[in-house]
Amino acid sequence: MQFTIEVGRYSPEGTYAESAVPGKPFPAPWDRSPARRYQTYTVDLPEHAVVLDALIAIREYQDQSLAVRCACRSAICGSCAMWINGHAHLACKSKLQEFTKDGKTRVESPPSMPIIRDLVCDMRPFWDKHLAVRPWLQNKQPVPPPNQEYRVPNASMEELIQEVSCISCGACLMDCESFAVNPDFLGPQALAQAFRYAGDPRDAETKERLGEYSKSGGIWDCTHCYECVTQCPKGVAPLEQILKLRKMAVDAGFTNNAGTRHADAFAESVRDSGRLNELTLMPKSIGFFNVVEQLKTLPSAFNLVRAGKLPPLIHKKIPGVSRIKAIFERVGGRFK
Amino acid sequence: MTHDHDVLVLGAGLAGMRAALEAARNGADVAIVTKVHPIRSHSSAAQGGINAAISETDSWESHAFDTVKGSDYLADQDAVEVMCQEAPGDIIEFEHMGVIFYRAPDGRLGTRAFGGASQARTYFVGDITGQALLVTLYDQILKAGVKVYEEWFATSLYMEGGACRGVVALEMITGELHLLRSNAVVVASGGLGRLYEPSTNALICTGDGYSLAYRAGAPLMDMEMVQYHPTTLAGSGFLMTEAARGEGAYLLNSEGDRFMKRYAPNKMELAARDVTSRAEATEIAEGRGINGNVLLDLRHLGPEVILKKLPQIHEMALDYLGIDMIKEPVPVRPGMHYQMGGIRTDVHGATAVPGLYAAGEVACVSVHGGNRLGANSLLDTIVFGRRSGKASAAYAKANPAPAGGEDLLRAEQARLQELLARPYTGDTPAGLRLELATMMDKKVGLYRTDAGLHEALDDLQGFRKRYETTAVGDKGRVFNQALTFALELGYLLDCGETIVRSAIERKESRGAHTHVEHPERNDVDWLKHTVLTCVDGEQVEISFVPVTITRWKPEVRTY
Repeated sequence: MQFTIEVGRYSPEGTYAESAVPGKPFPAPWDRSPARRYQTYTVDLPEHAVVLDALIAIREYQDQSLAVRCACRSAICGSCAMWINGHAHLACKSKLQEFTKDGKTRVESPPSMPIIRDLVCDMRPFWDKHLAVRPWLQNKQPVPPPNQEYRVPNASMEELIQEVSCISCGACLMDCESFAVNPDFLGPQALAQAFRYAGDPRDAETKERLGEYSKSGGIWDCTHCYECVTQCPKGVAPLEQILKLRKMAVDAGFTNNAGTRHADAFAESVRDSGRLNELTLMPKSIGFFNVVEQLKTLPSAFNLVRAGKLPPLIHKKIPGVSRIKAIFERVGGRFK
Repeated sequence: MTHDHDVLVLGAGLAGMRAALEAARNGADVAIVTKVHPIRSHSSAAQGGINAAISETDSWESHAFDTVKGSDYLADQDAVEVMCQEAPGDIIEFEHMGVIFYRAPDGRLGTRAFGGASQARTYFVGDITGQALLVTLYDQILKAGVKVYEEWFATSLYMEGGACRGVVALEMITGELHLLRSNAVVVASGGLGRLYEPSTNALICTGDGYSLAYRAGAPLMDMEMVQYHPTTLAGSGFLMTEAARGEGAYLLNSEGDRFMKRYAPNKMELAARDVTSRAEATEIAEGRGINGNVLLDLRHLGPEVILKKLPQIHEMALDYLGIDMIKEPVPVRPGMHYQMGGIRTDVHGATAVPGLYAAGEVACVSVHGGNRLGANSLLDTIVFGRRSGKASAAYAKANPAPAGGEDLLRAEQARLQELLARPYTGDTPAGLRLELATMMDKKVGLYRTDAGLHEALDDLQGFRKRYETTAVGDKGRVFNQALTFALELGYLLDCGETIVRSAIERKESRGAHTHVEHPERNDVDWLKHTVLTCVDGEQVEISFVPVTITRWKPEVRTY
């Protein structure tokens, strides 16, 4: 079968000027890398072929100058995450037929990461974040003697298989909406690994970890866009691990932060009035007495007013709010 | 640029990182040089598990005997004893590092059955055991702060006064060539699967370490012992773990018959890999295959076992063949998987070259002999990785720091320039590799003949001639993969030649080496290792070393 592949080419040495087909510079809003050009190739492959098969065929038999990272070809090594039709996927797991749109498949280095060459991006932001969550066991004392394992239930190990299945391909971070606007956000992969260690019954520093992860750039900076859950090729579902960490952190008493206050303000408003009071949401999240930070929100508040997005000044309860309260009581927890 | 360290480790899979961690613990300034990020290493593809005799009902002697029998009595028994005695300690250490091993109901480590083993002694994490060990070890490397030269491609070893004193490596991202000097070098660069097509191995398994060490004068041992795994996925050749059969899966022929009863009536599907692969090949050759495959049937295991204990292979069969193994059997065939032979080392990882150590698949201690048992390779990497890390650190301490090497750096620069400047002649490295690998599978595969092996040697000489005029199709400096492919092809040619030359020598059938004209094992003449030495970087010298036998005399091998 014939497949047409459009590859985003870039060389810091500028050697592609002649061969590459001129195209529009890359249009991503958060582009951290220089403009590149698209080059079109046609490959003949079996119908069940994946994007990586096409890239290897191009590199081996059409254009040896095409740079692409790959190793295992079977979604284990995590080398070949890249942008395919505008989203991060593993090239070795993406069937060409499914990804052919308007007769072609577009492949490029993810614009959220610095580019090195062609489909090879600089993964340092990813690895730096991984390192930042202290991804190693801080052994619970006493460590069993050298001939004995920690005795733990199998269920507590199985609970972590989902996170250990992470192959560090970086697809989640590449498409993370929070990372796009905030480079300091630890990101989905690192936080999933944070849960992998914080949730390990053999770890001694769960509490310290939860304190660290609750800080700015941590678990509360996720906006629940679900990109990481959608893009993860191994079912790690980082967002779900972030939500687990949030619950663990609140249960451990780490509530003095904007994230918890924001969540509390949401819950309280709904419990008390049946709907969200947008007027008090921001002040409550920031803290009523944190005047400096409050003032910083004024420009965006002004913009919202100008755009006609002003919430009603008088917040009304919905009819039958007592039944909402009953739901909260039935559920139990901190807001009953 | 020049960089100095006490110990350099070439490769960042399980053996390499374990060696580096141990060298660091022993006070050495250690750095890892690796052509891919450590997490991309092929150790992550090991699925089924890792062997050790930990339970009270098991013994290291039983593990050692199974290993020796599995090796078809070619393994050195002193080395096997070391590995099996130390296995429990190493596995427990990884558990303490944080590996989430499967637990029995009492909360202690639990096992599954594996091929060629008289007891269930394989410890595991689902079907991602290698990955679980690799990520945990990588995190330990981060914790220890070990320096890693990531995406640095080794082009040669730096030899000074007959000793190995470092590595010359190409920094992929800049295209700059560096001289890394050290008192000791541990080669842990993994296997050579790209020499065969198809193979379960990753594209990065190109035999770099075998060739570098061999060219530096370190002998290679038992290179003819190339393992074919019984269950690789039809088409792509991806690995379907032996754990599937460990959990109870059947092998069926086109008649729906569990044919292993005719080849291994006691162990059935869990016979050693060489036996099972040959059985499959026989079924296929006698017309009881299905398009060159047999069937791996897991249906009776049920969705619970498949999804919980074998999720990765379930996903792979679905992704690459569109087959749901819960409902349908999966077509599989024998495929090249592992190199038992390698750089000859002692039980401390030391080679014949002072300062040069080796561990993991690239090394040959020898604990696998003619045929490796499933779940013994992960064990090999962590036991002998640790041992070579310790020994290399001690060696580094006892020897003066290296100097010089600038001449080699300049020579390597000139060599790469010459390679880049070659005019285009028609052969691409990829095309040549495919021809080479297809030839190896056909003539130096599961069954070998005298004529085929000699043809293979001629073919190899032809390939080498063509290689000398192969052009590199990219002239850039940054991330020039065409250049590294060309270098890798050179490594593969060296590996191919040593395999064929060793195979020609061994006139018997033992383990993975099945010689059609000499179908029987011959302990009188061939209870010995083949050893190949490269003299003056040119001539091949073949010699033989007796197998070390401590307590298990060779017996007839049936399963």
